[in-house]
Order: sequence, then C-alpha cells, then structure tokens
Amino acid sequence: MAKDSLFQGKLVSEQEAEHITRVEELSYELKVEEVMASNPFTVTPETTMSEVLELFRQKRISGAPVLSGEELVGIISMEDLIKCLQNSDLQSTVRTYMSTRLLTIRNTDPSIEALKLFVNSHFGRLPVVNEDGKLVGILTKGDITSGILKALQHDYQEEEVRRYRASHLFEDIESDRSSLILRYTIKQGDFTRGGAASSAIKRALIRLGANPQIARRTGIAVYEAEMNLIIHTTNGGIIRVEIEPKQISITVSDDGPGIEDVSLAMRPGFSTASDSVRELGFGAGMGLVNIQRCVDSMRLESVYGRGTNLRLKIFLQEQEIVGEGK
Amino acid sequence: MNVRELVQLINGKLYNSSADLEREIKGGCGADLMSDVLASIQPEAVLLTGLCNPQVVRTAVMADVAAIILVRGKNPPPETIELAEEEGIALISSPFGMFELCGRLYAAGLASLERPVDGSDCSC
Repeated sequence: MAKDSLFQGKLVSEQEAEHITRVEELSYELKVEEVMASNPFTVTPETTMSEVLELFRQKRISGAPVLSGEELVGIISMEDLIKCLQNSDLQSTVRTYMSTRLLTIRNTDPSIEALKLFVNSHFGRLPVVNEDGKLVGILTKGDITSGILKALQHDYQEEEVRRYRASHLFEDIESDRSSLILRYTIKQGDFTRGGAASSAIKRALIRLGANPQIARRTGIAVYEAEMNLIIHTTNGGIIRVEIEPKQISITVSDDGPGIEDVSLAMRPGFSTASDSVRELGFGAGMGLVNIQRCVDSMRLESVYGRGTNLRLKIFLQEQEIVGEGK
Repeated sequence: MNVRELVQLINGKLYNSSADLEREIKGGCGADLMSDVLASIQPEAVLLTGLCNPQVVRTAVMADVAAIILVRGKNPPPETIELAEEEGIALISSPFGMFELCGRLYAAGLASLERPVDGSDCSC
C-alpha cells in the first residue's frame, strides 16, 4: 500500500497513515475494472433526447457515454436531460446537451484514483477506458462503494468458510476414535517467535469450533509452557496437541536440563529465571501455577539431567465439542 | 468506550492499521508481569503495561485483550508492531504514566477486569 502518498487528494502524514483502515486499503487494492459497470449503454451524438429519456427510464440509469463510432466524444447525464426538459426540447439531439469536458479513468487504475477525481471534479460518473483509449465501462461513486462492500464481505466469508469446514472435520470421518494432532518445535532462546505456536493452536481451535473460553484456556496453558521451553531448556522442545471432539491433550517435552525439585517448581512465585527473562515480563514463578489453573488435569514429570515431560488435558462438555459441527 | 475513543482519551499514538477502531473495551488491567496478566485478566480488557516486547502482543492474543497501551510514551520495537499488525490488536502508546492512565480510564468509566487470583502467595 502506498503510504505517505496522495490520499483523496491530500498528502497523508505518517500519523494519519496509521489510521488507514481496511476499507481505505481496499480502495488501493481494488482496480477500477473490478468495480465498474462493464459494457455500459451508450448513445451517439445523433441520438435524440427523447430516446435518451426512454433509455434512462427503461434501464434505470442516470448517465451514458456518447460514442461517435469507436471514439468517446462526451457524456450525457440526468442533469443534461433535466435541462433539456426545462427547455421542452426533447426533439433535439445528444450533441446539443452532452458534456464534452471529459474526465476519464483507466481500467487498471486503483479505485482510489477514481475517488480523487470524483472529489476534485464533482462529476457523478467517469467513463473507463483501456490502454488504447477505448471505452470499456462506466464508474460511479456508488460502484466503488458496493465494490468495497463486496470485497469486505468476501474477506469475511473466506474465514467463515474455513471455520465451517474445520468445524465439521470429524463429522464425515469414520473411525473408532478420530483425532487431529498438531506438532510444534520450539527453539531455546527464541523470544521473538515465542508464543507463535500457542497463537496457531488457539486459532486452530477456534476454526474447529471451540468456544472462546476453551480456546483461551488452552492458549494460555500452552503459551506458558512454550515460554518455559524457550526460557529454561537446553535445546528447546516439542509441543504436541491432540484434538479430539471431547478432549484436548497437550504434551510438552524437552531433553533437559530437567527440574530439580518438581514440588518446589509448582510453588507460586518460585522461579529460577534470570533477570533478562524477568525483564521480558516472565519468570515470576507463576507459569506452572497458571497452567494448572487453565487445565483439567496436569502431570509434570522431570528427571534432573534428562528432561521434562508435561501432560495436560482439557475436557470438553457436550456443548463444547470441536470438529463435529454444531 | 471503543478503541477510537480510548486513543483520544489518553493522547495515544496508534501503531497498527489493522486494529479495529470500533472494538468495544469492557474494562482495564495494568501489569508488567505477563503471567499476572494471563492469570487475572478477563476478556475484552485494555492492557496497560510498561513492557513493549512482542510477548506483550502474544499475551494479549492469548488473553483476548481488546487493546494494548504502552505507558510513559514507550516506542515499541518493529517486531512488536509487526506482530500487532498481524494479529489485529490495537497497539497504542501514551505519554502518561501507569498511575495516571489507570486513573484516567477508571474516571472515564472503565471497570477493573483484573480478577482476584486465589493462592497467588508470593515467596519474594
């Protein structure tokens, strides 16, 4: 997206650019040809104004480009027609009343360019031409609005469709017990990526139809565990999430260094984290406590010098089942 | 109060364009310990914090936070802004300190969304 550039005719400061919304983004993304009306009704300079009146009425349009052969020579609008009616002059031709002060827009321009023209010119419609200058469509402000609305709805529907598909994942698969397994490898010390796996897991659960509370509890538990792998392990570790319609089983494992005293590690506020980790807002000794609060069952096994294995389960109630539709 | 009104109220600077300015904020929570946030915050709150690393955004995603305010005019690093952009959570910086911000927001009618946590005795 072109930031710090002309936006609706004025220079956009960096601060304003921060407030640009998806709608504004779309006005840059959507090309004129994606929102215009193609194959517009056209008239010739010789068409009579009474024929124009009939055309506007029948086709429910309020303007039409004027073509002489292939060449665009003007535009005739409702306003011109009203002027003609005031003069009781319906027998005259389009040539008398059409506007020849022509502003056109290219089919490949972003719609924002058209919006700028509309704002600066106060014209109601713009003929759209291709690279050879040939008329290919007509554009009104309303076309841009409905084009953007359609695109917004499309964005929304794509996510809806994904969610719908995922939320019925297990429904058509026959087995005695179906599950979906997600695995993530977590690197030691990777604070920048820390939480990426948990975000992905939370998103997956929501797509599978998990209710927000279940997704949140799982997300928080896995996030704390993910940060533990990043902060405390020698070589990082693995997060494995098995999703079944009625339960989520999480295993977080690493190969060292292991926890010296598991019951001490479970005590709220106990921490072995370094100051640099604490500066990140972690290492306050609440991680394992938080995990326990979020899950229905927790088993922590560790052999000092060998590694740690954390097993968590979240059970879903009948109304909370995932992957089997609703 | 929605995000747009929040930004105005705190002379805030919004860092990401993906944020939904109409998103409703139900209350607030202030903390610098991410585990405290995860333990106590209720959904749809604004999170006030002095930290500005990407973990703040991750924490916000996990805890269904509606907006993040970085107190005392802190400038977040690019990776934090990028993540906020990706996740669509409003990332706002305000020149005021934590105490002042909590006061302003409370006075403007935002409730506390810090749930009391039992058994959080601290050994320090």
